[in-house]
Amino acid sequence: MAKITSLDDLRKIKKNLEEQISLREKAENPESLVQIKVGMATSGIAAGAKEIFTFLVDELEKRNIPAIVTQTGDMGYSYAEPTVEVKLPGQEPVVFGWVTKEKADEIIEKYIRNGELVEGIIPQNYKTIDDK
Amino acid sequence: MGTYKYHILVCGGTGCKSSQSTQIVQNLNEEIKANNLENFVKVVTTGCFGFCERGPIVKVLPDNSFYNYVKPEDATEIINEHIIKGRRVERLLFRDPVTNKPVTDSKHINFYQKQLRIVLRNCGVIDPENIEEYIARDGYLALYKCLNELTPTEVIDIIKRSGLRGRGGAGFPTGVKWEIAAASPGPEKYVVCNADEGDPGAFMDRSVLEGDPHSVLEAMAICGYAIGASHGLIYIRAEYPMAIKRLKIAIKQAEEYGLLGKNIFGTDFSFDIELRYGAGAFVCGEETALIHSMEGNRGEPTVKPPYPAVSGYKGKPTNVNNVETFANISPIIIKGPEWFASIGTEKSKGTKVFALAGKINNVGLIEVPMGITLREIIYEIGGGIKNDKKFKAIQTGGPSGGCLTEKHLDTPIEYETLVAAGSMMGSGGMIVMDEDDCMVSVAKFYLDFTVEESCGKCAPCRIGNKRLSEILDKITKGNGTMEDIELLKNLCMVIKDTALCGLGQTSPNPVQSTLENFWDEYVEHIVDKKCRANKCKDLIHYYIDPENCTGCMACARKCPVNAIAGERKQVHVINQDLCTKCGTCLETCKFNAVYII
Ligand SMILES: Cc1cc2nc3c(=O)[nH]c(=O)nc-3n(C[C@H](O)[C@H](O)[C@H](O)COP(=O)(O)O)c2cc1C
Repeated sequence: MAKITSLDDLRKIKKNLEEQISLREKAENPESLVQIKVGMATSGIAAGAKEIFTFLVDELEKRNIPAIVTQTGDMGYSYAEPTVEVKLPGQEPVVFGWVTKEKADEIIEKYIRNGELVEGIIPQNYKTIDDK
Repeated sequence: MGTYKYHILVCGGTGCKSSQSTQIVQNLNEEIKANNLENFVKVVTTGCFGFCERGPIVKVLPDNSFYNYVKPEDATEIINEHIIKGRRVERLLFRDPVTNKPVTDSKHINFYQKQLRIVLRNCGVIDPENIEEYIARDGYLALYKCLNELTPTEVIDIIKRSGLRGRGGAGFPTGVKWEIAAASPGPEKYVVCNADEGDPGAFMDRSVLEGDPHSVLEAMAICGYAIGASHGLIYIRAEYPMAIKRLKIAIKQAEEYGLLGKNIFGTDFSFDIELRYGAGAFVCGEETALIHSMEGNRGEPTVKPPYPAVSGYKGKPTNVNNVETFANISPIIIKGPEWFASIGTEKSKGTKVFALAGKINNVGLIEVPMGITLREIIYEIGGGIKNDKKFKAIQTGGPSGGCLTEKHLDTPIEYETLVAAGSMMGSGGMIVMDEDDCMVSVAKFYLDFTVEESCGKCAPCRIGNKRLSEILDKITKGNGTMEDIELLKNLCMVIKDTALCGLGQTSPNPVQSTLENFWDEYVEHIVDKKCRANKCKDLIHYYIDPENCTGCMACARKCPVNAIAGERKQVHVINQDLCTKCGTCLETCKFNAVYII
């Protein structure tokens, strides 16, 4: 990796990532890429987030659903760990709480495949500095 | 995509459930069936919307309509009007309290501004192990701006004008601290990040380090530039392996990208960061003890002044800030001090992260603007008290904070107001207690923690806290006298006035605040030999009610000390001399025959 020495370098990385994301969203087949984030701070992991992460990666591959699964930090909903955020292309992200393997399976089959919401949604209850 | 055109989300939080949200779901489903819409609409129960005051809450997707105070009989109208005819049910829409106009989109409801994420802006959003995701969210832009467009004095001035105060407990103005460190003679100076987080139940700092480690690294480099330091140290407890792992990855990536190390952004500013591990002693979070611990000495505090900003690590000027304090820096540089100062109250700016725990429905990590009330935190964000019990107290400020009550619920949360109410901001732990908690026992619990964690260097803390704990123990055992209360009060004052460091100076807070707010409970323990929460074992007795007892033998079989006598189909009796008051019989009895006096 070449060292970053200018504002342009920073902007380039930002743009690259943004493009990657918008590419995902504008893909020809809108069903093609799903973005999933698993809350993997200590509390999430203690509640089993690692197993859910592996389960999602394995199962999505097995079932031939192209998706990007990443780990992320604490979403704040400790009472509902493990938490998983699913963003279908062109839609608002939805956070599911109390995700077990069975629930993860249901999320894949119902929500990701059919857009059908399942029980266990946690409404987002905060604003971030990006919100206008 | 998808088979369903509409989703109806119904709040399944405790508050809404108790006001019939289950019935609403049932009615909606019946209406859907009656209209043959099963493949068109789906009803889903969700977690708490946090808007319990206006429950039950129903939200319709995809148009995001937000209905409040919904009744089971409204189901017909929601289906007929909204789903079939596509017209919103005006009378159920949430109305803006100011303009009284219906708000049709839940995103525009002020309520959701109750939580504002500045410190946690990237937590749960980015992958903490990928520096590019941080950069994509304007990461390291603030550092760039400082190094290329601002002088160190200007950086300090921005932080001062923002009004940011230390989030590690004391609330010292951060810009002023940086200014003192900048004025101290160099060239060898240090930036230290205090990631000791010793308060039991607190996990704000851990969450920031695990979810957004670069936000702290970037801010430490900015601080280094501002005060003229080129070395940073993060003091973190070894019990935080995940945070340590992510920090290590983050430091390595930042070095590879040239954002830490020599000649950052090609300028002549260089800054490196190392980790130092603590063994998890509470007192090592105190900055002088922390510095001694980093130097390889015993983690004991020393008298201030000299302050670390003048003479700290290895006797050199050292700026110590808390993790959360650092996490605020970059947004302030990018969005400006005026933006930051517009959030919060006159004396306490910005937001605060709290770890909400105890007898509350939505245990979790919250970030709220300063000035919010405890009522809003407990009942709206926290979703109210568990099992619909009665609120009794909320403990803020960690082990050396105080217990606040009903009468403080509407006080805006600021550094000063919390101190005036007998507690403090501390690092941000909040533990909610209900009617089943005995406040004398609570005071004793916290005291025992400080006794355990006292380093023993000064007599008031070492001996005084031990005596406080002994007197509390005596009271909870039913052997206290009214003179003991006077003794407690005096001892508290002496310890506060004479202890060497912040630990001893604040450790009597739980005793003082419970004496102040729960005087009756102390007197009951002493005079009536009663504990109203039935928590103090020496003051309660288990009995079996002969009216209700069916002689099923269940309790007798479960009793671990064989203290229950009685034949099958005969009333059982507890032998008070043998009973250890473990409560197993109460849990076991299916006939409500066991009771406590
Ligand atoms: C007993 C005791 C424990 C403390 N523990 C912590 C801690 O865990 N984390 C922290 O940041 N500050 C802690 N502090 C406060 C620090 O001494 C210091 O004030 C703080 O790190 C300064 O940073 P700030 O100005 O950003 O708040 C503690 C203080 C005392 C007296």
